[in-house]
Order: sequence, then C-alpha cells, then structure tokens
Amino acid sequence: MPAYNNEPLLEMFVFETTQLLEQLEQVIIHSEQSKSFGPEEVNEIFRIMHTIKGSAAMMHFKDISTLTHKIEDLFYFIRDKEPTYIDYSTLSDIMLESIDFIKLEIKKIENGGKPDGDSLPIKEKIDKFLTFISDPNSQANKSETEEKYKKRFKTTIFFEEDCELEHIRAYTVINDLKNIVEDIYYIPDLEQSDSAEIIQKAGLQIWFTTDRPFEEIHHFLSKTIFLKHLELVELEENKNFNKYLNKTIKAQQKITDTSLEKKDFEQSTYMVSSTQNMISVHVAKLDKLMDLVGELVISEAMVTHNPDLEGLKIDNFNKAASQHRKIINELQDIAMSIRMVPLAATFQKMNRIVYDMSKKLSKEVKLKIIGEETEVDKNIIESISDPLMHLVRNAIDHGIESAEERKTKGKAEIGTIVLEAKNVGGDVLIIVKDDGRGLDKKKIFTKAKAKGLINKPESECPDQEIYSYIFLPGFSTSENVTEFSGRGVGMDVVAQNIGAIGGTVSVDSIPDQGTTITLKIPLTLAIMDGMIVKIGNASYTIPTLNIREAFKPENNDVITDPDGHEIIMIRGECYPILRLHELYKIETSTVEISDGIIVVVESEGKHLCIFVDALVGEQQVVVKVLPKYIRNFKKIRGIAGCTLLGDGSISLILDIADLIKH
Amino acid sequence: MTDLMENTLEEDTQKDRFLTFLLGNETYGIEIKYVTEIIGIQAITQVPELPDYIKGIINLRGNIIPVMDVRLRFKKEAKEYNDRTCIIVININDVSIGLIVDSVSEVITIPEENVVDPPKMGNGFNNRYIKHIGKVGDDVKLLLDCEKLLTEDELEELNESL
Repeated sequence: MPAYNNEPLLEMFVFETTQLLEQLEQVIIHSEQSKSFGPEEVNEIFRIMHTIKGSAAMMHFKDISTLTHKIEDLFYFIRDKEPTYIDYSTLSDIMLESIDFIKLEIKKIENGGKPDGDSLPIKEKIDKFLTFISDPNSQANKSETEEKYKKRFKTTIFFEEDCELEHIRAYTVINDLKNIVEDIYYIPDLEQSDSAEIIQKAGLQIWFTTDRPFEEIHHFLSKTIFLKHLELVELEENKNFNKYLNKTIKAQQKITDTSLEKKDFEQSTYMVSSTQNMISVHVAKLDKLMDLVGELVISEAMVTHNPDLEGLKIDNFNKAASQHRKIINELQDIAMSIRMVPLAATFQKMNRIVYDMSKKLSKEVKLKIIGEETEVDKNIIESISDPLMHLVRNAIDHGIESAEERKTKGKAEIGTIVLEAKNVGGDVLIIVKDDGRGLDKKKIFTKAKAKGLINKPESECPDQEIYSYIFLPGFSTSENVTEFSGRGVGMDVVAQNIGAIGGTVSVDSIPDQGTTITLKIPLTLAIMDGMIVKIGNASYTIPTLNIREAFKPENNDVITDPDGHEIIMIRGECYPILRLHELYKIETSTVEISDGIIVVVESEGKHLCIFVDALVGEQQVVVKVLPKYIRNFKKIRGIAGCTLLGDGSISLILDIADLIKH
Repeated sequence: MTDLMENTLEEDTQKDRFLTFLLGNETYGIEIKYVTEIIGIQAITQVPELPDYIKGIINLRGNIIPVMDVRLRFKKEAKEYNDRTCIIVININDVSIGLIVDSVSEVITIPEENVVDPPKMGNGFNNRYIKHIGKVGDDVKLLLDCEKLLTEDELEELNESL
C-alpha cells in the first residue's frame, strides 16, 4: 500500500488541504451572505481548488482531484464569462457539499484508510449547474458577454537606469493598473529581495485582461514616472492563455522547489507576505521543547538551591545564578508563546455551523465574534473545538426561538449568538451567549428530581445549582430527539472535555432573555510561580497569583464564632481560617495558631486565611496533572494538580478557588 | 502492515505468562502484558481524601504514578514496608498505577489447560478480583483481574457513601 510509505507527505497533504478547505468555507459563506462572488473571491476559490487538485492527483486520490477539477472548470467559466445570473444559494450549496465530501475523504485518510468515496453525484450536480448557467436560456447573458469582449495584453515596462527603488515604482504601476483592468499577473514577485534588480534587467512584465481599447491602455501606461521603455502587446484568444502564462512564468521565475511541487505558479505570484514569515512545525517537536524547558526550570532550581551551597557566602555565584535565572525565564516565556495559537480559526469554524443550522431549522441567526485574537495553547484549541460546537448547536436548537415567537416577544427577528474570548488573570474566558428563550428552571428541576438527583425543595436550590444539572450525563429536558440534540449527551461531554484540560464550565440564564455559558480555562497549564509550604511532612504549593500576604499570627488574634469556625481580624476585616491539616487529615505537631503561619489568599474577590506549619520558599514550579487513575476516581477538593520539587519530592498544588467555594 | 504483524507476535509471546508476587501466604499472579516495571519501595506523597488503600503518589523519573497497597485493598492486615517490598507498575487502557506488594516472585508460564475458573464462594471479597486459578505443579496461584482491580472502585465508593 503505497500510501503508508508516504507518511510525512500524507500528513502534509492532510494538514494543507484541511487549512485550504477551512479558508474556502469562510470565503463561500461570506460571499453567499453578501450575495456576490467578486473576482477576488473567485480567484481565491480557483486557486484553492487548483492546489488541492494538484496535490490530490499527486497522491493518487482520483475522486478528489476530478471533483476539484470540475469545480475549477465551473469557476473558470464564472470568472471568464461572468454570467450575470447565478443562483448563489445553489452554488454555495454545491460548494459546501463538495467541501464536506473532501473533508470526509480526508478524515478517512487521516485514520489510515483509503478515500473510497464516489464524487460522481456531486460532479453530476456541478455539470447540471454549469449547463444551466451557460445555457442559452439566459440569452441576454451571451450577447452581453460578447460585447464585453475581453482582450488580453502583455506589457513590459523598463524604468530609467538610476531611478532606484524599481520595485516600489512597479508596485505603483500595478496598483494603478488594477483599477482599470482585471486578472493581473506579473513578474517579478515584488516581495522578492532581488525584485528591483530583475526589473532593471528584464523589466516589469505584466499580463492582464481588459475590455478597454489598446490606445487607452497604452496612453495610461505611458504616463508612468521614470518610464524608459514600454512594450504593449495584445495576446491571442483565451484558451491557451493560462498554459502560455504557466510556461513563460515558470521558465522565468526561480521556483524554489521544496519536496512539495504542489504549489502552482498562481500561488507564488500572489504570495502573501505573511506566509513567507511562517513555518509549520510538528507539534511533537513543540511538546518535546516544552518538556525540556520544564525540566530546565526544575534543574535550575536544583542547582541554585542546592543543599551543598547552603550557608556559603558566594556573591559572584549568586550574581551569575540570577543572570542564569533571567535567561531561563525568557526562554520559558518564548517556548510557551510558540505553542499559543489565536482562537480565530476555531471561532470562524462556528460560522459554518451557524450557517448550516439556521438553514436547516429556518431560524435566522447571526454570529458575533469578539476577541478572537486571544491566544491559547495549541492543546487547548483542540479540546475546545468540539465543546464549542455543542454549545453553539444547543444555542440555536434550543435557545433561539423561531422568528414568529421572537416577534411576539418583542425581540429582533434575527437571533444573535455572541462568541467572546478574553484574558482574565491566569485564565482564558470563552463565553457563548445567546438571546434566546433561556433555560427553563422548572423543567430542569423537575427532571432532576425525577432522576433522583435533588432531595431538597425548589426554594432551597439556588438558580446556579439548578442550571448546573444540565451538565450531568444523560440529562435533557427535550421531549424529542432531533438530528442535532435532545439525547442529553452534549452538555456532559462539554463539561468533561473542559475538565480534562483543567477548566470549568458555568451557566447562567434569564428566562426569555437568553443563556450565557462561560468556559474558564487556565492559560498556563505548564509553569507557574508558587509558594511552597509545609504541613507536617507534606509539602503543598500555593499559586503566587492568589497570595495577598503572609504573617505569623498571635493566639488572641483569632476569634471562634458560635459554629466553631475560626476567624481572624486583619486591618478591620474578618477572614475565615482554614486549617489545612484538619481538612486533609495530615499529621502535624503544629496545631497552635502561634506556631504556624497564616497565608492570606484571594480568588474572585473572596479571601481566605490558610493555616500552615511553615513557608519553605517561592519557586517556579512545573504543573503536572494528577494521575488519570485518581482523576477518574474523584475530584479532590482544593487540589489542582501536583509538581515535582527540586529534590524530587512531590508537592500538591492547591486550587484556591475551590477551597474558597467550600 | 508490519506493525500489525509485530503486535500479534508480541502478544503471543506474552500470552499465558504471569508475574507472581507474594502477599502473606498467598501467591498472586498478574498477566505480564499489563506490567510496565517493578521498582523498590520509595517515598510516597500522601494525597488527601482518597480511600486508605490508595497510599498516594510517587515520582517515577518525572512521571507521577498513584500507588495502591494491595494488602489493604484485599482487606488484609497492613504490614510495614521493608526492603523486599516492591511496587509493580501496571498500565491498563492508558491508566498507570503501582501496586505495593510484600515481595515479587518470578515470571512463569501457565498454559491454558492449567487455568480454571475460581470457585463461586459466596461473598468472598477477594473473589471479585480473581479472574482465574492457575495450577503450577502442586501450587495454586490466584490470577488477578487487573481491570476489576482498577475499576471496581467506583461501585465501592458509591456503596460506601450510602
């Protein structure tokens, strides 16, 4: 099976094609919504289809390459003949269907299978559509296009010898030309560093299509500043144009060949500068890098806090060590940022879902995206894509009411879903908010009661608690199961997936106004600053982010309230004391308040005083999640994870928000 | 393709092979395919709010592994750890856990014909975890069901909380 031998090539194909398909989807949806397929969009679609066709053909994926070829034909026709009447809705449907087909095939390839789907039905649809729009039934079209007879020109422009900055002048010419012609292709690529020299020697060569007469073009180009010599030639008919272009440009341009010859010439001339500054790296390498940086942090601590050095007066060493620390910090920051990816791509994917669902359910829904430039770790992106899809689907299926219902309620007929991402403290908040009918508290409560999950009367349950029941597996208040939801599987999968990456989900709702679901995900899973504290023989870590102060308390500072809870007064405010050794049943000899230390921590505005035996020191720690076995067992109150200290021992990291909650 | 073939070969060489260890007077066996390594007893960090047989977690070359005291799991009397006490690290379905045992014996092959089902003895607690009984000469080895060892906890937890 040849496919398996081309593993890296296959991976590249899957990666690139998936990216292109996503781009294509966005273009199609935006074009359909604005009811126009402008020349830029058509060109982009053409370019993407051409690339995919080439690479699929190279990998012997016949159905994909023939399908994309058909689409190419279709868009070539649209670009070339510009039929005035095109049913954009059908066109988008065909395109989206094709995209789905290719996506499915890619999935098969990804899972090691063969792309055995048959693209014939879609190809037939395209044929029918093409026949329809090229049909003399739109006779008006044909005669019009005949009048708008397009001519192809080639011009070569030579600039004066010492005019300098030829590439800038070339850019101006091309920009001005763009306003009066279509389809510009030019050599050399102005982004190249040696473009100026090439223009000096061979001149700026431009190919373009226009319906303006020869004299007009010649007159226009003659007005170019520093023009030394101008050649303008009208070219032959369309049919061979692209082939001719292909040959001449390929011959003239140095194509830096990578192992992937799939990049066609159109891509090289249209090269967007950002792609040249980016490089795709295998995620495995990044993971290794992260691990090594993490171990470097630990070993730096092991060196600088080595017991051998205790008590010694080594000023020079300390200076060098702190410089060492600075550099490692910087390295760590950069290593972390490498893995950070903006949420934009994930959010944009939701466009397709909103589009599909609003069509299928006949509800008009608008998607508003805020803060998509917020970056999160790559691992996290993959884990939130599915939950986000579930949430958006739910919002449209259950939340947003039909247009008539909304009208009777006095709401705007078009429903809105807001997808927002923002950085708050050490976490990223992703909010999915809809202005639909909100959660039905009564229904949830009744369902929960029926399932035996609640034993208290409704009045005793806070709203938040009732709403949180929707995250339980198998929970659904839907009477019927639709194609999209109702089985009660969605929400608990969301909660699980988010929990797996260390985040939390919360939901809030106002009846008839809408529902807001908030995902809180810790930004830096890996390395953070922590204060190591000792309780008995055990070592715990408190995230420095949460610490407000620490001090040695006196016995009479502490007051015991009627319930037996201890509280302490600090500068006029009362804070509760949490004795960790009691909570976690740790054996320790430090039981008297005056023997230990109080660490004041804060989370989300609420404070807590934690009583520990002693402070060991502040340190950067590499966060590791608790082993799967324990996590599957139960969620331990107040423990966020664990970390390895310099001497190899393990310290448990406290989850301050969780401790305060209880 | 070759990977697939290698896998089946590997499984054949591991089939019917068991690692035996001692707990008091009884010898237990685990299928070797689950065992990743055997290490001597080392410092264990306690983790709160877990049942008593889960002693805590250990640092194994950078990996955090939970450890379970099999004696306590089988509701036997706890014994102090000495230098013969070992931790057998097993991995089932991507979940790793270390089993603290009195001492490790050997790896033996018990052919299928010498493996029988355990007797259905009323409410013998251990029976839940015994998959089969293996006959080796005159001795009898109790072959553990590792998956039950790891997953039965949930039911227990529920029962205990009621």
